Amino acid sequence: MKLGTLALKSALISAVTVLSSAAMAGTKVGMITTLSGGGAGLGIDVRDGFMLAIKQSGRSDIEVVIEDDQRKPDIAVQLADKMVQSEKVDVLTGIIWSNLAMAVVPSVTAQGKIYLSPNAGPSPLAGAGCHPNYFNVAWQNDSLHNAGGAYAQSEGYKDVFIMAPNYPAGTDALNGFKALFEGDVASEVYTKLGQTDYASEIAQIRASGADAVYFFLPGGMGISFLKQYSGSGVDIPVIGPAFSFDQGILQAVGAAALGVRNTSQWNKDINTPTNKAFVGSFLAEYDRLPSLYASQGFDTANLLLSALETASVSDNIGFRSALKAANFTSVRGDFKFGSNNHPIHNVYIREVVREGDIFTNKIIGKVLSDHGDPYSKDCKM
Amino acid sequence: MMREYYLNTIILGIFIIIPIWAFIMDEPFTITLMTRAAIFALAAVGLNIALGLGGLVSLGHATFFGIGGYSMGILAYHAQTFTPLMEWPILVSGSKLMPLIWINAVIMSAVAGLLIGILSLRTSGVYFIMITLAFGQMFFFFSISWSAYGGEDGLSIYIRNSFPGLNTLVPIHYYTLCITLLCAVLWINSRLIKSPFGIALNAARQVPARVETVGLNPVRLKLAAFIMSGTVTGLAGALFADLNRFVSPTMFSWQTSGEIMVFVIIGGVGRLFGPVVGALVFVALEHWLGGLSDFWHIYLGLLLLGIVLFGRGGLIGMICGEARLHE
Amino acid sequence: MTFVLLAEQILNGIQFGIMLFLMAAGLTLIFGVMGLINLAHGSLYMIGAFSAAAVAGMTGSFILALLAALTASAAAGALVELLVIRRLYNKDHLDQVLATFALILIFSEGTRWIFGSFPLFLDIPDPLSGPVTIPGGIQYPLYRLVLIGAGLFISIGLGFMITKTRIGIQIRAGENDREMIAALGINISGLYTLIFSLGAALAGLAGALVGAIQSVQVGMGEPVLILAFVVIVIGGIGSIKGALIGALLVGLTDTLGSIFLPELLKLVTDPSTATSIGSSLSSMAIYILMGAILIWRPTGLFGIKP
Repeated sequence: MKLGTLALKSALISAVTVLSSAAMAGTKVGMITTLSGGGAGLGIDVRDGFMLAIKQSGRSDIEVVIEDDQRKPDIAVQLADKMVQSEKVDVLTGIIWSNLAMAVVPSVTAQGKIYLSPNAGPSPLAGAGCHPNYFNVAWQNDSLHNAGGAYAQSEGYKDVFIMAPNYPAGTDALNGFKALFEGDVASEVYTKLGQTDYASEIAQIRASGADAVYFFLPGGMGISFLKQYSGSGVDIPVIGPAFSFDQGILQAVGAAALGVRNTSQWNKDINTPTNKAFVGSFLAEYDRLPSLYASQGFDTANLLLSALETASVSDNIGFRSALKAANFTSVRGDFKFGSNNHPIHNVYIREVVREGDIFTNKIIGKVLSDHGDPYSKDCKM
Repeated sequence: MMREYYLNTIILGIFIIIPIWAFIMDEPFTITLMTRAAIFALAAVGLNIALGLGGLVSLGHATFFGIGGYSMGILAYHAQTFTPLMEWPILVSGSKLMPLIWINAVIMSAVAGLLIGILSLRTSGVYFIMITLAFGQMFFFFSISWSAYGGEDGLSIYIRNSFPGLNTLVPIHYYTLCITLLCAVLWINSRLIKSPFGIALNAARQVPARVETVGLNPVRLKLAAFIMSGTVTGLAGALFADLNRFVSPTMFSWQTSGEIMVFVIIGGVGRLFGPVVGALVFVALEHWLGGLSDFWHIYLGLLLLGIVLFGRGGLIGMICGEARLHE
Repeated sequence: MTFVLLAEQILNGIQFGIMLFLMAAGLTLIFGVMGLINLAHGSLYMIGAFSAAAVAGMTGSFILALLAALTASAAAGALVELLVIRRLYNKDHLDQVLATFALILIFSEGTRWIFGSFPLFLDIPDPLSGPVTIPGGIQYPLYRLVLIGAGLFISIGLGFMITKTRIGIQIRAGENDREMIAALGINISGLYTLIFSLGAALAGLAGALVGAIQSVQVGMGEPVLILAFVVIVIGGIGSIKGALIGALLVGLTDTLGSIFLPELLKLVTDPSTATSIGSSLSSMAIYILMGAILIWRPTGLFGIKP
């Protein structure tokens, strides 16, 4: 019950924010994100992080219009049309999933709108399909997988079993891992998207004789895999990207995730004043710990706010260069944009730990420093 | 009770007046919404041929919707990237021309309709519902893992395809195209109901044995209806892909099949304008309820439930009463 | 491919099949007796998992969690039957599909409203966690063995109930001739409510049992629902025996297909193409199986000929 009333409360808070700022002229931001159905947790976190930063800025001339894409590409496209044609927004943001971003971003940037990505970073938009109006504040999709490969390499693993769902982001993930891993791949397994039972994959892992497992199974898929893996008695160490170890879902995995190493560009224990203030104020505002997605939403809003300090949205060229300067303090620490408007940042390795009643992550080391992405060379802007 | 004829005229009027009003008031998004309603209506008119006329409850019409969508996506993708579609045995290049894409969508849907129909019509009743669902799922999973055309990410087409003499990127131009196609199909459909084929099909749905005694094959009649139904939904799929400038496996999902069926049932099964009303109401609800609450699916669900439990013959049935044949 | 791996995979397939059977049994009973297509059966599975997770979170007891799942889903089933479903028996399949589709929307978003948008936690009880070694040197998770055992126990119980008890006789009579049992003075609407909540309880139990090794989240019921439909159609609608055999067939096809199809294709093409085509084929495998069976026997393996 508690969670439910909380979700309701946060929905009310953001609705009030929208209403109170609606009357004034200024910058209009359209947020298309997932607020209903299975993936709603991610969208809610991005929205809450974003709105927290807007609230803290104290600016009343920024209006945020929030719409739910239901995780459906055609709804997202329709909402983007609505934002551009009817709401006449200046900036769009909010999309969680790569396939939705691919459906929306090319057409809105071509129509002269700025798009700030708080989560998805598909490779076409970082390479040949890059656009001066498109900025990614989270990561290029390969980033955390590159770090996974680099970490496996530095740990001295020789033979790794790798696994991802059979869809483009899954293929990208495994290629991203292999890019910085020099050892052998024991087996490369593609599972069904949305699969819930991993007994047969676990049997293959057991039989493979690998010395580590790398898996990319976002959301509920990761929860299922980890629970089943820990009960299987296979004790080969597991590595994954942060998506399966996020604050929002970690409580659902429980002790099964304890000790698992995962890669992330952010964690709540990054020791900077900005990050401490963010974690504290998020906890105070929403009564829960911020997740990776909340941190990305928060950064996205702060990037926007920093650019608004020096340029006006109506001056497209000037506003773009103000965004590109990334003159804000990211909660993840060092942050700048590469030539393709994607982040250059550090990626850490974290370990799942228990703090009192809750499960959370602790940084145990830095894997990649000032890491960009390999696609920037294909980007001609 | 209102005569169905007058109601149909009013509905057509809505489809003409609202976009004109929106055009004058400079509300392009309203036109986009009406375009969406018109395309959904077309898809549902397609399903209604199988459902209302042929009595074939297909929970797999997303198959055709998706095939139409991918016909557009694949042709336009090759034109956009300047790569040939195939080089052997003959060189085929992509195309950004709508009429060509539509013909392709119709042909592909007809072929799929023929194959699926021949196999599925061996069954009937619930089994038919389920086998069509199974075909839909096959296409869905195939499209997810077909990485050549984007897999789960789908395919983005950056600029809407062209139609000679129109600028399809202007919402009202594209709307005009879609509504013209919808009217044309409705007109053909109304002729079809009264044609010997339509009458025979109607009889085959009600008493198959009687049709057989006059020397007609009810399975063949139903197969023809199923194919026609698929081609119309396929055409709608191509239009929908062009509206969004995007195709993805979602178009093949069983929820899409369910939604197309919902349009037909809300409006009224077997009514000429039933699917049109259903699609219009659905798009309006989706737009308004979605703005009211995060949990708008609950209200949508309650509304649908109300229509099934208390409305006979869908919305048109509630307004016009029981259907009278050959009115 | 070693014998151990093969044996383990067969066990996995059986376990998957048995859990599908719990879902399919209710679905096929409800269809067989009342002639109702219930798309909302997956929601009852979800309700079972959520109430189990909630009770386990409060009390820490897995037994209580299972009881809560049974009670909550049976109660939800009875409630839905009384309010909505009984008005659908005389309507055609189309209306049933639409109404139960509407119920899915209501249940899914209602659950999200109550429990929030994040997945819940439900874990295997300690005594059942970890692997055991079974004859042949196979290491296998104990909990999955318990699932197989529990599922078999329930299916035997269900079989006994249907063939040997008074309720079972009424159910079978209802499947054969609905008017007759009403004429014999049996309280038909009570019987329908009972069957519906029995089916709901089985689905809820399956949800709770499976929820312990999977993610308890909104929308978890729909993929299982589609598979359960595949199962009852393969087995022949209305047939419990058919549902059991169909469930095992689907479970084994799905599990073994995802292992062997890529391996088979590796014999003819390069490994990465084989992996990707193999995985696409394996995700289509059960639907291909269903299509093939229906083309061969249009009313399923044990269905009644029209």
